Amino acid sequence: MAQQLGRLKESASQTAGPYVHIGLTPNFCDISGIYPEDLGQPLVNDKTKGERVAVVMRIFDGTGTPLKDVLVETWQADAEGLYNSPSETRGAADPNFQGWGRFPSNMETGEIRFETVKPGRVPFPDGRMMAPHISLWIVARGINLGLSTRMYFGDEAKANDADPVLTRLEHQNRIATLIAPRDGDTYTFDIHLQGDRETVFFDI
Amino acid sequence: MRNDRPETGGFFQRDRLWHPPALTPGYKTSVVRSPQRAPIAFPHTLSEVTGPTFGRQILGELDNDLTLNYARPGESAMGPRIIVYGRVLDERGVGMSNVLVEFWQANAGGRYRHKKDGYLAPLDPNFGGCGRTITDEDGNYAFRTIMPGAYPWPNGINDWRPAHIHFSVFGHGFVQRLITQMYFEGDPMIWQCPIVATIPDRRAVEGLIAALDMQATVPMDARAYKFDIVLRGRRSTLFENRLEGN
Ligand SMILES: [Fe+3]
Repeated sequence: MAQQLGRLKESASQTAGPYVHIGLTPNFCDISGIYPEDLGQPLVNDKTKGERVAVVMRIFDGTGTPLKDVLVETWQADAEGLYNSPSETRGAADPNFQGWGRFPSNMETGEIRFETVKPGRVPFPDGRMMAPHISLWIVARGINLGLSTRMYFGDEAKANDADPVLTRLEHQNRIATLIAPRDGDTYTFDIHLQGDRETVFFDI
Repeated sequence: MRNDRPETGGFFQRDRLWHPPALTPGYKTSVVRSPQRAPIAFPHTLSEVTGPTFGRQILGELDNDLTLNYARPGESAMGPRIIVYGRVLDERGVGMSNVLVEFWQANAGGRYRHKKDGYLAPLDPNFGGCGRTITDEDGNYAFRTIMPGAYPWPNGINDWRPAHIHFSVFGHGFVQRLITQMYFEGDPMIWQCPIVATIPDRRAVEGLIAALDMQATVPMDARAYKFDIVLRGRRSTLFENRLEGN
């Protein structure tokens, strides 16, 4: 017998359930007076640096129905490619951009719409630059462990073609599931939990 | 041991056999909401090892007291009064400071304050059902609430959720993000629940059951339950002759 490593096990995940809004966005579900405002929005203010863009997102289940009780959190670098986090060692991020957002879908349509800035590029561990992207974390009733994916930007074809994460996907025909097409200032990102167009999710 | 400087290493790989799989037919909603293809792994980048931080200035005075934070002046929520406390640790056993912990629950009758909840148990006018706090420098957190009731839910024709409190926890990196549920020691309903049963390993379920702690009880006021939460551990990076974080 060798010495014990003494590691703990991560607490097991459980679904966020149908009432996740009560805990994370109480004002959104008409519980007012506890918190002055829900956390995680808006992402930008008048002083935030960078190009303003809008994102419209829907998450579809295996029958093609948009989830109306889903909650998505977003995490991204600022316009210079810096994260507003103590673990960011390359410099100070824009103080007017926290980089984290929290968005419940519209309870009737399932749509999520938010404004942000287009993130700058961030390096992969080997130094190659990744294409601009927003990290997403998706929780809802019926999802046992929060789903991780990324949204890439449709007008960054050259950067996307060289992105170290996208280029390592075995099934290159699935890259399109991670890229949001641009129309004007708006990117539309449809996430499919199942089916022919199932979005690539990450084990990270 | 406390960390003087922020850590920048990647996180331990998640043990996906310990967590519930995506597809768990006993929990029917998972059937059309579970990805079918294998999730893709890649080495952690700054996008994964960084994460948002929250300052104590977001906290209101009653954010950690669900008995009072929605109650009319001079009144309080109905139900057995309890204190829930514990630590947020990582898999190395290091207490995690400054992490935002959010919680939500049904009232003592098992009813949520949500327009989608049609259970016939009544709403409590003095109970909203959510709270939050931020861990101290050693990873400790605590809040006061009432014991939530068990409630029926549409899955099988007679499925009930055991009494539980939902928890949302931030780590220091975005991939430590976790939502889970806390159950109560001694509740026989835990072992009947299809959502609990999505967890394959009994020891992992036991890790979600808070222990009654009579020593932490406030006499003539509230009983106490201890609930520790473990987030993913972080790989050390060698820094000036020592492994940071160890
Ligand atoms: Fe619940």
